[in-house]
Amino acid sequence: MMATDLPGSTPPAVERELVRDMLKRGVWFAPVILLVATVIWGLAGTASAAVAIALVTLNLLLAAAGLSWAAKVSPMALMAVSLGGFALRMGLLCVVLLALRNEPWINMVALGICLVVTHLGLLFWELQYVSASLAYPGLKPTADKEAVVP
Amino acid sequence: MLQLLAQQAPGELEAGLTAIGRGIVYGGAAIGPGIGIGIVVGNAITAMARQPEAAGMVRTTMFLGIAFTEALALFGFVLAFIIAG
Repeated sequence: MMATDLPGSTPPAVERELVRDMLKRGVWFAPVILLVATVIWGLAGTASAAVAIALVTLNLLLAAAGLSWAAKVSPMALMAVSLGGFALRMGLLCVVLLALRNEPWINMVALGICLVVTHLGLLFWELQYVSASLAYPGLKPTADKEAVVP
Repeated sequence: MLQLLAQQAPGELEAGLTAIGRGIVYGGAAIGPGIGIGIVVGNAITAMARQPEAAGMVRTTMFLGIAFTEALALFGFVLAFIIAG
């Protein structure tokens, strides 16, 4: 029996909560990446870093939306969306990179490095705020949350 | 006729080998994360089935596991495009 089968239980959208928090931190992280890319690769670096940040954001948002939706449906849907979503998102990334690779304002090395650094940077930063407990399944509790749940 | 077929333009061999190399790099880098994500999600579903009240916690770990595994695919993907130049 799944959590979704229990009467009156709605699984929390932890993925959305995590990604929303990651994007909030990304607002602080993005200017640093853009600045470093500009210093190293010039204007092409800035454009490439901006594209990389947009791709990482879109990738995380799609993953969170798909998994949150599938968790409400069934375990089979969760498996299908996880694996199918991975293939679909990599396919989308491939299409975008193939479309951009010959553009004069794109530096593929800068784009690639910014893509990996932004993705991993956001994830590692988020790890500090993740709570893996039954009471708080998503993020670590804030002072407001602690006041509500004894 | 065979001589005509065996002729190649300068740089054609290099371009062909680069394309094959790119395919191998990306193919290899996509297989590993594919298997990894399958294992992560499969075990998460088993955990949720055994302990439904822990579903939220399990999904948090699962999402982070998927995201970290995906980073490996991104490495291969980026490398494949850098090889292509």
